[in-house]
Amino acid sequence: MLLDKTKNSIIYFDNAATSFPKPECVTDAVLNYMTQIGANPGRSGHKLSIEAGHIVFKARKSIAALFGLKNPMQVIFTSNATEALNLGIKGILQEGDHVITTSMEHNSAIRPLHELEKQAFISLAIVQADKTGIIDPKKIKEAITVRTKAVVVNHASNVLGCIQPIREIGKICKANGVIFIVDCAQSAGVVPIDINRDNIDILAFAGHKGLYGPTGTGGMVIADDFDHKKIKPLKCGGTGSLSDKIDQPDFLPDRFESGTLNIAGLSGLFAGSQYIQKKPGGIKGIYSHKNELQKHFIQQAEMFVQNFICYSSSNLPSAGVIAFRLKNISVSEAAQILSDKFEIMCRQGLHCSPLAHQTIGTFPEGTLRFGFGIFNTKEEIDIAVHALKSISEGN
Amino acid sequence: MKAVILFNSTNHAIWAENELKENEISCKMISVPRHLSSDCGYCVQIDADDGEKASNILNANNIEFDNIENYKGE
Ligand SMILES: Cc1ncc(COP(=O)(O)O)c(C=O)c1O
Repeated sequence: MLLDKTKNSIIYFDNAATSFPKPECVTDAVLNYMTQIGANPGRSGHKLSIEAGHIVFKARKSIAALFGLKNPMQVIFTSNATEALNLGIKGILQEGDHVITTSMEHNSAIRPLHELEKQAFISLAIVQADKTGIIDPKKIKEAITVRTKAVVVNHASNVLGCIQPIREIGKICKANGVIFIVDCAQSAGVVPIDINRDNIDILAFAGHKGLYGPTGTGGMVIADDFDHKKIKPLKCGGTGSLSDKIDQPDFLPDRFESGTLNIAGLSGLFAGSQYIQKKPGGIKGIYSHKNELQKHFIQQAEMFVQNFICYSSSNLPSAGVIAFRLKNISVSEAAQILSDKFEIMCRQGLHCSPLAHQTIGTFPEGTLRFGFGIFNTKEEIDIAVHALKSISEGN
Repeated sequence: MKAVILFNSTNHAIWAENELKENEISCKMISVPRHLSSDCGYCVQIDADDGEKASNILNANNIEFDNIENYKGE
């Protein structure tokens, strides 16, 4: 089984932070690499080194297929979504550029942008979402100036779970010659995404959330028709290619993959990304499962839990992330009781997104957050609803 | 007679091997012969007769490669 037998009363609703448990094929793949292969893929020419290279290639191909990308070399592996966002953002921006982002961003995107703004390197416009967390594409269009270089949007909110109309926003970007960077940390593996049809230029994903890989995996995906030379590398050196030169390679993926990759992690990421893509129903099936869980939770909690306030809408499509609270108890205390007394793991607070909480009126205390995963069930939700009822009644 | 296809990147070499095998061209990954290239890593060995066919497949898939060289062994 997936969870430790001694701990299988645990209910894990913190999949938006990182998914757990991982499918068995993922842990097997990590173990297989570490015990049977072990080698560095890019340097030597021996059998094990080549085998490690095959793992990395298979992972690249699997991620490319997930996002409808033709050229697997346009997949750049990083250690998480934050690094991918920093690479995309800092890589394309030049002095004097104007950037548009939203009030729904994770600090992985808004902090690098705000830092550049503080240095007076760029100017930044933050488009406000409505109370349900949705961005009106028209507002993005209105914010575009002659200096606008890029639009940065969080696809699925890590606070509310709501999903932005990226295809429409991307279309506006394309029509205006603006680079479209999308943070798919919460949506990859949950919401069907096609990088080319969704008009995305640069996509950042986490390998350890909806793709069920180990922590320490993620990546930046560059659209097939986007010229990667427009992106400057964040790091240099540490590639086996061009060994006779002191120049950083300009070809993909070597231009951006400096230093030995996390092959143990990528072994697991390959297994995890195949697992979700090969599940009956594929990503669409996962998407509808999460929406069902979300609807079920909101419906049950509204029915049985007296002081329940929900900030996520049960009418909007969702990535399975729900913000809520109990009116009569602080979010930190409620989360502590859920963990200590009921063995329900969730997250409380601001979820790295102060502006999103300002948008929904829950700043500075924040909310409780449930993030559902592929292994969660309606039965677990019913147990959690019961626990919330008991907490709200002071039992 | 054998030939080797040399690449800028081991990532491209593995991709090429994958596509060539899918197109039923017999090939093998080998250590880069030092007299042919100073790069680290490996390259793809094929039958010299398959050179043109291989090069067409790589071009059709936009797989960058450096060169195809006849190779008798070191
Ligand atoms: C929307 C969003 N962006 C970025 C991140 C950062 O991801 P990572 O922890 O892989 O850097 C997260 C999750 O933590 C997220 O939810």
